[in-house]
Amino acid sequence: MKVRKAAAAFATVAIVAGACSSGATTAPPTTGPSGTSGATASTGAGSPTASAVPLPTAIGPGEGALNLVIWPGYAENGSNQKDYDWVTPFEQQSGCKVTTKTADTSDDMYNLMVQGHGQWDGVSASGDASNRLIDAGEVAPINVDLIPDFKNISPFLQSPPHNTVNGVHYGVSLGWGANLLLYNKKAFPTQPLSWGSVFDTAQMDAYKGKVTAYQGPIYIADAALYLADKKPELGITDPYELTQDQFNAAVDLLKAQHPYVGKYWASYTDEIDNFENGTTTIGTGWQYQVNTINADKKVEVGSLIPTEGATGWADTWMLSAYAPHPNCMLAWMAWALKPDVQKQSAEYFGEAPANVAACPQLDTNPGPYGFKDFCTLFGATNESFYNHISFWKTPRADCGDSRGTTCVPYKDWVDAYTAILAG
Amino acid sequence: MSAISAPGPQAAPAASPRRRLLGWFARHRRLQLGTLLALPVGWLGVVYFGALILLLLSAFWVVDPVTGQIVRDWTLANFQKIITHPDPYLVIVARTVVIAALVTVSDAVIAFPIAYFMARVASRRTRNILAVAVLIPLWASYLVRVYSWRLILSQNGLLDWFFTQLGIPGVGDIFGYSDLSMTVVFVYLWLPYMILPIWAGLERIPDSFLEASADLGGRPLMTFRRVVLPLAMPALVAGSIFTFSLTLGDYIVPQLVSNTQFIGNVIFSQLGVAGDIPFAAAFAVIPIVIMGIYLYAASRVGAFEAL
Repeated sequence: MKVRKAAAAFATVAIVAGACSSGATTAPPTTGPSGTSGATASTGAGSPTASAVPLPTAIGPGEGALNLVIWPGYAENGSNQKDYDWVTPFEQQSGCKVTTKTADTSDDMYNLMVQGHGQWDGVSASGDASNRLIDAGEVAPINVDLIPDFKNISPFLQSPPHNTVNGVHYGVSLGWGANLLLYNKKAFPTQPLSWGSVFDTAQMDAYKGKVTAYQGPIYIADAALYLADKKPELGITDPYELTQDQFNAAVDLLKAQHPYVGKYWASYTDEIDNFENGTTTIGTGWQYQVNTINADKKVEVGSLIPTEGATGWADTWMLSAYAPHPNCMLAWMAWALKPDVQKQSAEYFGEAPANVAACPQLDTNPGPYGFKDFCTLFGATNESFYNHISFWKTPRADCGDSRGTTCVPYKDWVDAYTAILAG
Repeated sequence: MSAISAPGPQAAPAASPRRRLLGWFARHRRLQLGTLLALPVGWLGVVYFGALILLLLSAFWVVDPVTGQIVRDWTLANFQKIITHPDPYLVIVARTVVIAALVTVSDAVIAFPIAYFMARVASRRTRNILAVAVLIPLWASYLVRVYSWRLILSQNGLLDWFFTQLGIPGVGDIFGYSDLSMTVVFVYLWLPYMILPIWAGLERIPDSFLEASADLGGRPLMTFRRVVLPLAMPALVAGSIFTFSLTLGDYIVPQLVSNTQFIGNVIFSQLGVAGDIPFAAAFAVIPIVIMGIYLYAASRVGAFEAL
């Protein structure tokens, strides 16, 4: 009796202990929203309007700390690669200790900012988050005169619509790049030249299950971009502003692709792992992954922008409207645009720098991840190449052209994407 | 004349405030119990249930599509959206429930022999060793265990390599990122939670019952079917509560080991991607209702006594 009671008690305690330990908050593989609950989110009453608050004419004294929401690789302190460190010299010079939170998707970034008022000073937002942040009053306008290198930014990046609204600057462009087609050189000895290699089911039969795709509703635009070329009768002009018919065609394409995808990647580490262990041999990726995979030397991947073009991202450093350390953030923006810092960040991530004054050094004096003619190859000064990429932006009901407000807004993209993944 | 006063009834010492309070509580037992429980129950009520109720309240609100802020207008729009879109939402619910049931049955089938061995056959030493062996995985982090299985089941992973050595290629393609891999990982993760209640339940069956059954002419299989299984059923159901509810609510294993979406993934993506907390809350009502029904049925079978 005693043994049985002890056993039962032991079992109960063990179950409870086990349930507690497994139910404990383990970090989810992709970052999730943090900060205050959305139910108590402010209605934006505290956000400054462009005209009401005069912008500072000088960067004030640093507050000693800086909290950034960033894409991976945007604030390196040498711990990943000792030659790439632009955070430590900034900390020494400004006295602002930098802490970062890496986000995997633009949606993560947007939600972090919305739900973390007073927690973050700035964010490196892509075009599909920046306009939403501006509309929601989450980011503050800045005085670009405070940024000495602003005048050296590529002319087409000084006041782009994704960070400049009605002539008011809500941040400074920091770099841009495309979503490339990555392929395992051994599995594909001849370079695949078209997005059809991940969208055409006849082609994919040969390597079913080895395809990867970016996990996020914005990927529907990649399907639309392919259809703009493949099915011109649909009349797709802007892959982010789609009428219902165009949208349905893109969603159907992704539903057809779904059985061929081995694993979608939302976290860049997932894609790196999957290419390296052979689970994935072809799919969308960034130059960052290409650099990391090739540096690890387990497999060799090539990358290209296929004939149909590519979607891409143009990123902006934005100052939070609720920043606890705004001066440190402004100092960081000025720092991030210096030519030597731009050289490092452009090489490390694999993107075109915003500040073309960095190009002479990038082209002739490459670092470990750089190569000769870096700027030329990334098209840093090539406006027509820039115009050829369909940069991430938030799909809105207002098509922005003669079609009026008949386009599919982003909320419907999320619903449709859930249906694609559920299939 | 004696300096020592005689023993006898003496005047009660002047009651200190503490004594008076304790005496008062002793005369009002219910209040004593209530005050004792006030703090833990209050914590449970306010922090746990209060937070849950706030979240579920937001299921009746909506999100402004432009600013992304919550608009506190009462509406059933979120529930309507779930019902008018059975594909994907109800499909996902159905898939989650089916896999949770599959995992529960698989765990029951695997756990029963182990628990029976531990309860009735094993010597004391073996039983202790087995108990430790069953519990040790729980001390490792959940993520570590899931990632380990990912390594084993992935294409070119351990399983694939093993079968390739035996001359059977392509096993990694069958598992890899799939529902099958996900089910295997779930069965592994929740097995200790099934073994322990069954073990406790089987321990409770007196040997005399089995002897009586044999005396009445029952063969081992008959004894098992007519005596052991019915007596162990509450324990089985108790264990199934864990495996079913844990699978129902999980979203990390589907994300890491498969391409499918569970209820939790939809909630996570609605929160993380769309920032649509009201819709996520509305969708979260579904597993709560499912578990409510399950727990009610389990309590009727007597599972809570077995715990």
